[in-house]
Amino acid sequence: MIVRIGSFRSRHDRAVVLIAFWLLLALLGPLCSSYDLGAIGSQPVFSGPSPAHLLGTDYLGRDTLARLLNGIRHTVLLCFASTVLSCSIGTFLGIAAVTARPWVEALTGRLADGFLSIPSLLFALLVIAVFGTSTTALIVTMGVIYTPGAYRTSRALAQRIARLDFVTVARARGESTTYIILQEILPNMAGPMITDVGLRFIYSVLLLSNLSFLGIGVQPPEVDLGSMVRENMLGMAYGSPAMIVPVIVIAVLTVGINLALDSSGGRR
Amino acid sequence: MAATIQVENLEIVGRRGKGAELPIVRDVSFSVQRGEMLALIGESGSGKTTVALSLLGHIRKGCRIAGGKIRVAGYDVTALTPHECRSIRGRIISYVAQNAGSAFNPALSIMRQVVEPALVHRILPRRDLEARAVSLFRALALPDPETIGERYPGELSGGQLQRLMAAMALMTDPEVVVFDEPTTALDVTTQIEVLAAFKAVFAERGITGVYVTHDLSVVAQIADHAVVLKDGAIKESGTVSKILFQPEDPYSQALLTAAEPRSRQADLARQPEQPSLLDVRNLVVGYGQPTSAGLPEKVIVNHVNFSVPKGSMLGVIGESGCGKSTLARAISGLQPWAAGELLLNGTPLAADVRERTPEQRRHLQLVAQNADSVLNPSKPIGQALERVVRFYGGLRGGAATRRVNELLDMVRLSPTLASRLPSELSGGQKQRINFARALAADPQIVLCDEITAALDTVVAAAILDLMKELQRDLGLAFIFITHDLHALQSICDRVAVLYAGQAVEVGPAVALGQGVHHPYTRLLHDSVPLMEPGWLEATQTRRLAEATPAPISPLSLDPGLCCFLARCPDRVSGLCDRVPPPVRSVPEGPRVLCHLPAFDRPEFST
Repeated sequence: MIVRIGSFRSRHDRAVVLIAFWLLLALLGPLCSSYDLGAIGSQPVFSGPSPAHLLGTDYLGRDTLARLLNGIRHTVLLCFASTVLSCSIGTFLGIAAVTARPWVEALTGRLADGFLSIPSLLFALLVIAVFGTSTTALIVTMGVIYTPGAYRTSRALAQRIARLDFVTVARARGESTTYIILQEILPNMAGPMITDVGLRFIYSVLLLSNLSFLGIGVQPPEVDLGSMVRENMLGMAYGSPAMIVPVIVIAVLTVGINLALDSSGGRR
Repeated sequence: MAATIQVENLEIVGRRGKGAELPIVRDVSFSVQRGEMLALIGESGSGKTTVALSLLGHIRKGCRIAGGKIRVAGYDVTALTPHECRSIRGRIISYVAQNAGSAFNPALSIMRQVVEPALVHRILPRRDLEARAVSLFRALALPDPETIGERYPGELSGGQLQRLMAAMALMTDPEVVVFDEPTTALDVTTQIEVLAAFKAVFAERGITGVYVTHDLSVVAQIADHAVVLKDGAIKESGTVSKILFQPEDPYSQALLTAAEPRSRQADLARQPEQPSLLDVRNLVVGYGQPTSAGLPEKVIVNHVNFSVPKGSMLGVIGESGCGKSTLARAISGLQPWAAGELLLNGTPLAADVRERTPEQRRHLQLVAQNADSVLNPSKPIGQALERVVRFYGGLRGGAATRRVNELLDMVRLSPTLASRLPSELSGGQKQRINFARALAADPQIVLCDEITAALDTVVAAAILDLMKELQRDLGLAFIFITHDLHALQSICDRVAVLYAGQAVEVGPAVALGQGVHHPYTRLLHDSVPLMEPGWLEATQTRRLAEATPAPISPLSLDPGLCCFLARCPDRVSGLCDRVPPPVRSVPEGPRVLCHLPAFDRPEFST
């Protein structure tokens, strides 16, 4: 739904292609490597690129490419899911706060303020300490953490739009609330909301990397980009690709998605 | 002696994004002698503000001066460095902006802001400047000139702030003052006070200035010379009397025709009395908790009564804040009311639009004020119209498209516009679409809330023509809410005058300006500037001649009393400040909410 709104123009197409590329890579990438994820080979640790290991080996002599593809899968899918979760709940609540009765706004507003006042890393530590670490727990936690931000953005946007004359006229015509939300309010807040989605995605990539760096993210032998960086810290001294490549992938992923969504959302 | 302002062959170009440079101002030349006032006249987008600001050496971002010379008080403005520009701004040339309400910093007291430009240029010590400010406040006829400087912008009215902004501009005794539509945002009754104060100060200090406006009757009062601009080029220039009374250029003539109050009433032959379509009975709308009397804490619309017969046009007029828009919202079912009732074809309407029947909603359509926000920016206009056609008429596919084209034709637009987005249309076109959307419902009555307020004179005149046509051809009834008395008089059959939420007068529109009226109606009618030089002075002299009773504080008054009491020139002490006013009906004339018997009115005594 992110890219469906509005007619397809080249900017939208570019964002669609980029998102599709990462999703495909996340889903199919791990099939491209014949190496077992956890298999410790006879190779020396932190070796450079070779025909057998295109990106060299990591601190245990495992194939870096296989681990990298697995890391991309976790990072992209986890963050994608949690962003969809936080942005859809946040947008829904934001619009509800504007169109429903006043007590809804009072309640959701205070709840959002409360959540925002808890440091996100601390909150994630707490949840994972209680429920243990699992993919579902990670997605839900990150989703919950970024919902208040999306809620605030969407509420501010919806509030401005709901006051405009064309919404007043639609209400005077007797249109249903559903029609007003879907046809009058949502299309006009899509641009800034898409930009906001880009931001939330980056936040969650960074949070997941942080969590994995602390060792409470994705658990071994599975891996995500953040934990790959942590495992291979020692490789920094050897200039090992096992440490450098995931860093570059994180940067390319976040900056690329953000630029693409920015330009497709900002231009209207 | 050289002219104080001399502009020669000025060319300003600008570009949007990375596009090619487009001319904004083309070959503009004019000069202003010392002590004269030049009016720059034009519609929005004609480049008048761009020219006025270029006198201060300010060019909007993305634009530049491509050629020509600007000399102001001996300085070559086009050749100044940014630093030099700053040193003459505020000292040699100053600027009075359109919207005084947003031009003041709400967190600082008036005096601090008024003396600031003079302090920046280190003209005098603060103490002397404050004394000068007080004398300017007095010259501009501001209330309590000694203490007004200690107050904050939020405590003052729009008209007062506009005069304070002029005081700020005049603090440094500049050679030239640029006024950019300073009275456009004001009500007529306030505008006349501000204009009178400006004019007195101009005469007293011999100010040289440029006055940007689109209102020709204001030009007649305030300027000596005038320049008519269109699309950045001068169409005609000369003395005000020449431009207003013997315009040569066809465009100036078109502007004048549009501004002229002319009647669009088809024929004055009395039509048979039509049955009433919409009745408003004792309507009370307000905000806050109900008080013991069962009325809301803050009453906005106070026991308003009127009716609209089938196929007729009722004008509702009043100043900003009088409750016009709240009334419109209540009638269209967006604002619940506290008391009273609303009848459509004799059946009571629910206060909430969702509780009205589809048929009732279809018959009563709202055309909202702001052409820019009234259409959904992400929907092509054909779709917007089709939605309404489908919503009420149930038409689909080819039938719906045919109906949309029919509607576009009805508002004199080409069917090819249907695929455009609102942002690709002009203000006038958007307002026509706005109308078409209301017509799509096939209504009996259309509620128009200030629909011409944001439009240029020529465009607004065309919209008024359209309304009259629709009334004639489709037998539509209209409620036309406005603050423009000329527009109202030219198309409406009846008029309701609203003051502080009360309908102080309801009567035939043709009777305005003659016969017996409520004192507020007279004030309103007298305050609309006429296009004759000297009108301002004549009106002011006449008002001064009327013995105005001592002012009374509106706060000490009982809310049941006459709402216009504090400003009324005709009030009778012992009667008006004791007893609520009765409703009186003048035969063949209006229904008036006032104590004064008809024969006591000034119109009758003269």
